[in-house]
Amino acid sequence: MKQKNTSLWEEDIPGGCHWSGIVRRGMTLRLTDIYGNANAAVLFYNREEKLERYNMADTLKSQHTFYLTKGHACHSDMGRIFCCITADSIGWSDTVCGLSDAELIRKKYGTARYQEHQNQMHRSGLDGMLIELGKWGLDRRDIVPNINFFSKVTADTNGELMFHADNRKAGDYIDLSFVMDTLVVLSAAPHPLDTAESYQPGAVNLALSVTPTDTATTCSNIAENSRGLENTQRFNACCGGEI
Amino acid sequence: MNTQHLTESKFDPNEAVVNEVCAAGEPWVKRVNKGQTFRIEDMEGNQAVDTLFFNANDALERYSATDTICSQNRLYLTTGSQLNSNFGNVMLTITADTCGRHDTLGGACAAESNTVRYALDKYPMHSCRDNFLHALAHESLCKKLGMSKRDLPSNINFFMNVPVNEAGQLEFVDGISAPGKYVEMQAEMDVIVLISNCPQLNNPCNAYNPTPIRLLIWD
Repeated sequence: MKQKNTSLWEEDIPGGCHWSGIVRRGMTLRLTDIYGNANAAVLFYNREEKLERYNMADTLKSQHTFYLTKGHACHSDMGRIFCCITADSIGWSDTVCGLSDAELIRKKYGTARYQEHQNQMHRSGLDGMLIELGKWGLDRRDIVPNINFFSKVTADTNGELMFHADNRKAGDYIDLSFVMDTLVVLSAAPHPLDTAESYQPGAVNLALSVTPTDTATTCSNIAENSRGLENTQRFNACCGGEI
Repeated sequence: MNTQHLTESKFDPNEAVVNEVCAAGEPWVKRVNKGQTFRIEDMEGNQAVDTLFFNANDALERYSATDTICSQNRLYLTTGSQLNSNFGNVMLTITADTCGRHDTLGGACAAESNTVRYALDKYPMHSCRDNFLHALAHESLCKKLGMSKRDLPSNINFFMNVPVNEAGQLEFVDGISAPGKYVEMQAEMDVIVLISNCPQLNNPCNAYNPTPIRLLIWD
């Protein structure tokens, strides 16, 4: 379960903090909810053409699902796949609720500025994303509905949403096996519907390893994903890479 | 289905300042000013209307499906729903609805997503994103705001039925709309409306027969 020995690098992102980086195809990024209270808000962009980005609607309708788990793929708006979810100990990640913003954090948890709290200050998902996107020349126009890994939100028949805080436990992990060179942007700030009464977002451990052979094809059981993978292979072939 | 909350409008089409028909499969762009009321009528029934809203002065502020869903804790849109922007502002409020439920999860069809959802050879079929991009290239209201593909977020699908169950399954099913059903909303800020009258022929969202819609605006 723990990948320490095989990972090329590991990094802890403290609750509320943010991270971005390139993950190349053939690599698997494991996200681990270290304390059982994490939300990993994530967006994906094509490293070569950042106008191509994660698309919530295409991801959901291609797989006839309202949530993401093992066997699902994360689709771009260009008919391609960034990564397949190849392991998931939690079984449900939300992708329709978006990011917490500064106003929401202030309303729910009060104000905690750097001056009084230093790095324990409150940070929002939106602001974390904007900072990371800014590092790559991207901005608010590039923010689209994201994935909230580790957060379970269900809808009843009237469409009313419910956040399941007790669905997470310490050590839960999700493996993302990339089939396209991808800019990954991540915020560990609270999910907008998190029911916690105080600001206590959990830390996320990131670990990168080489994807074992054939693992990424886990998601190709879904016919739509096979076609998405074929489109991705065409794209990779065009730029001289091996498939 | 949520048919118990249907709300009819008091507005008379004869008094509308805009009363236009958008043909099947075409885009439509118009400015709606704060305080004006905007109606989309599903003239022949079961026609998905892919719709985006932008702040008329700055396209950086635009309709946000996630802000709309999260601030109301609800997936579907109907009378009383506030359509929120990515800045957390209310852009429009739905004030009348004779259909009962509208989708904001399903996004817009595109040539590329059609290859994934149906078959690789569906690429040449007309799509909503083609309509959006056509409008961005030709409509002066879009050009003035300097809009590009970057400014196309996840949209609303008026009259489209995409139910989600508690087990987390999501399906595109036959519409609950019918000829003459309409949805009406009041603008809370000056907005640009960008519509694609959906040309999708591969699933039941348009009953396999895309049809015209009527657009009306009242002062």
